[in-house]
Amino acid sequence: MSTIPFVAPFIAGRSPFRLAMARLRRDRVAMVSAGTVLVLVLVALAAPLIAHLVGHDPSTQYRETGLTPAGLPVGPSRHFLFGTDNLGRDVFIRVVYGTRISLLVGVVSTLLAVALGIVVGVTAGYFQGATDTVLARFMDVVLSFPFLLFAIALVSVAGPSIVVSVCVIAFFSWAAVGRIVRGQTLSIREREYIAAARSLGAGDIRIMFVDVLPNLVAPVIVYTTLLIPTAIVFEATLSFLGMGVVPPTPTWGNMLSDSLQYYQVAWWFILFPGLALLITTLAFNLLGDGVRDALDPATERLFAEE
Amino acid sequence: MLRFLLRRLLFGVLVLWLISIAVFVLFFVAPHDPARTIAGRQATAQTVALVRHRLGLDQPVLTQYGHFLTRLAHGDLGYSYYNSEPVRSLIFARLPVTLSLTLGGAVLWLLLGVSIGIASARHPRTLIDRASTVFVLGGLSMPTFLVGLLLLYTLFFRLHIAGIDAFPGGGYVPFTQSPAQWAQHLVLPWLTLALVSAATYSRLTRGSLLEVLGEDYVRTARSKGISERRVVYRHALRSALTPVVTQLGIDVGALLGGAIITENVFGLPGLGQLAVQSVTTQDLPVIVGIVLVASFFVVAANIAVDLMYAVLDPRVRRR
Amino acid sequence: MTDDVLLQADDVAKYFPLRRRGPQVRAVDGVSLTVHRGETLGLVGETGCGKSTLARCLTRLTDLSRGTIVFAGRDITRLSRHQLAPVRRDLQMIFQDPYGSLNPRRRVGSIIGDPFAIHGVAEGRDRQRRVQELMERVGLNPEHFNRYPAEFSGGQRQRIGVARAIALRPKLIVCDEPVSALDVSIQAQVINLLDDLQDELGLAYVFISHDLSVVRHVSDRVAVMYLGQIVETAPARQLYEQPRHPYTAALLSAAPVADPDLADRRRRVLLAGDVPSPVAPPTGCRFHPRCPKAQARCTVEAPALTARESDAGTHLTACHFPVHNVDELVPR
Repeated sequence: MSTIPFVAPFIAGRSPFRLAMARLRRDRVAMVSAGTVLVLVLVALAAPLIAHLVGHDPSTQYRETGLTPAGLPVGPSRHFLFGTDNLGRDVFIRVVYGTRISLLVGVVSTLLAVALGIVVGVTAGYFQGATDTVLARFMDVVLSFPFLLFAIALVSVAGPSIVVSVCVIAFFSWAAVGRIVRGQTLSIREREYIAAARSLGAGDIRIMFVDVLPNLVAPVIVYTTLLIPTAIVFEATLSFLGMGVVPPTPTWGNMLSDSLQYYQVAWWFILFPGLALLITTLAFNLLGDGVRDALDPATERLFAEE
Repeated sequence: MLRFLLRRLLFGVLVLWLISIAVFVLFFVAPHDPARTIAGRQATAQTVALVRHRLGLDQPVLTQYGHFLTRLAHGDLGYSYYNSEPVRSLIFARLPVTLSLTLGGAVLWLLLGVSIGIASARHPRTLIDRASTVFVLGGLSMPTFLVGLLLLYTLFFRLHIAGIDAFPGGGYVPFTQSPAQWAQHLVLPWLTLALVSAATYSRLTRGSLLEVLGEDYVRTARSKGISERRVVYRHALRSALTPVVTQLGIDVGALLGGAIITENVFGLPGLGQLAVQSVTTQDLPVIVGIVLVASFFVVAANIAVDLMYAVLDPRVRRR
Repeated sequence: MTDDVLLQADDVAKYFPLRRRGPQVRAVDGVSLTVHRGETLGLVGETGCGKSTLARCLTRLTDLSRGTIVFAGRDITRLSRHQLAPVRRDLQMIFQDPYGSLNPRRRVGSIIGDPFAIHGVAEGRDRQRRVQELMERVGLNPEHFNRYPAEFSGGQRQRIGVARAIALRPKLIVCDEPVSALDVSIQAQVINLLDDLQDELGLAYVFISHDLSVVRHVSDRVAVMYLGQIVETAPARQLYEQPRHPYTAALLSAAPVADPDLADRRRRVLLAGDVPSPVAPPTGCRFHPRCPKAQARCTVEAPALTARESDAGTHLTACHFPVHNVDELVPR
């Protein structure tokens, strides 16, 4: 007994996460998606640098070089990689700056929604009884409502802005997370190690943090990755309808909204912002799918590999 | 069964009531000058004063709410300042457009989604399945308005240039005026509404059907020599479709959202377009009216779906 | 005699409602038992007799529908969670499922260290040292404290459960089928471990199992449970050699015997019918529908758990017509 050293050599267990990361690394589709997301983040961070390198900025209207003599937008060329818009602004730079808004709003609102969803979901699932009934019904009601319409109503009172967009999107996304977290908590609660913790004298708070939460990490991560593209699309939709970020700040949504009037003379106006939006959402969706498979190989893949 | 119906109805009424409170608080209580908010940012001081008087905003909050509810009960949804007519008539005038759009779109998305789902479930891992997987992935990643824009560009603009005017780029023709033109003007909007959701539903159907096809009773049916076609359509489909029906109930709200977007892309004079316009013109009584009417429809649709579900699955009734 | 009584349960009952209103499952229906310091009380019975529910009642993991439990002189029947916390240092539990009773997402060192953390007994380095001591004590390699439960075998996981239970030197451990999920060879190891720990730490056990031979091996006294009630309690040897309750006799006669010649000579007591539902237990003596000795009195009057005149006060039976010789029960 006295020969035990005080500090045993550190032998790390092969944690479930390490195993999951290994699985993820082997998944080519997920790796490509992850790379794409990384590129997007870099682009968003480096936007001012890119603008500097190209020599254009997102709000300046380049009337001389950017518009034809007739006042129409110029197509993709050496000067304007993605062409110009109806006011002679550089579409390429605007798309690059739009990445910032999409990622910022998408990620922040998702994180808010997830935080709220976890709190409500765990409370409902752990305490059960009346608390659960009320909270669960509340979540069901929030989920069943026409998000867009209510979002519009909220914006009409508060006025469009980036903060309002984030709050509105978070407000309509948390219930989905809450539902899932609640379901997971309900099943975790029945496990014997929870009873064991209680037999040791652990209080509810301790059990929720130490025993329940670690088991929620996996589904929460998966859901977060899948929720981000939904938030990005929601933001783009709000901007498209004029309810999101206010011009002249470029977002893919309001660029596409402008394109509605000019697409007949400027196809690049739809193509590039649209492509950017599509690639972003696709990348997050595929990444989320891969993450879900890595953390729980039993679920069915959307894009099954041979 | 009756008790279940009653409980569901009561809950629906409760929800509607809570929404009326939320709407009331949001529009009439929370802003520091509700009269100004209602009258709109562009209103003059006179209009604001008029609004304040008309809406009784100098009275205690509870009395105001009482009046609000009574007016609602009488179907009075307020008065639109921008359009100079009662909100109710505005809404009712535009309702047929939105209904045509949403119902047609829903039918199309169900048909499309379910048939693609069935096809890929019956032939897993073949080209059909892979193609539908791509379709699903695209649908899940594409925002509705983008689909609308693309359809507008390809099926309207490009064809138009080529001389084919099959699909108009917008506008609405009432059914009573010309059914053919009504449908023609609605094809692109319907497709827009349907394609995105069809993707989700096809995946749902595929998953559900695959699961059911793996069950023992299906295996029994097959071993009895029943043709695969009959096995799928007569035996498996019924249980496979239950999750689809449930999802439909949940998606009624999404349907409305899709309608708002589609009406704006294609310039259809429905409630969605009205809603967006009202925000720009700050015509808040209209927005309040639309929100309340929409909530009513959503709650009613949810109750209807729950009822249908209870008819199909007796276990639900006993809860 | 009374001051070495560690745990006293009196008329404990636990009912579960099936639906919001209506009949209830009477999982435990009037159980009284006593556990003395340092002894092992075996609790034996078939699946569904209410053993696990009783275990949860004794450790107050659930509220009681009726009855009292006095532990170390203190009535713990109605204590709140908060008030129970200090009691839990002395009253511990070991669970049946080695796979379910450990949180798969936590490291083993953290799991074993839980008692120290919860009761604020040790922190940081000190806690780690004590955890490793415990690991070594139960036969695990202390260097593995950073591993996850998935990396251990079933037997090792039960040892982890044991380490967790003895961390705070409790006085009584309720073991709910601790070896039922293990292979036979491993069972012996874990049982020996529990035995050693009992000698070393002066522990008392309530050892619950459906396996008669295991219970015989470890227990000082044994209680037999049927349909939510105790039907017989006696010192281990007496119970096994001279069962008084017909049910006990039947159970014992059904236990497999290794020697084929002995097995042939053994007389089987056969019971009729199935175990009744705990929702609507039979009237009078619950065992009467299946009892070879049942008579009219048995259908009406429930027998009390008392000592018969012929035995010393330690052998209690709940039967109107206790068995004196097993041959009485065997059909000709």
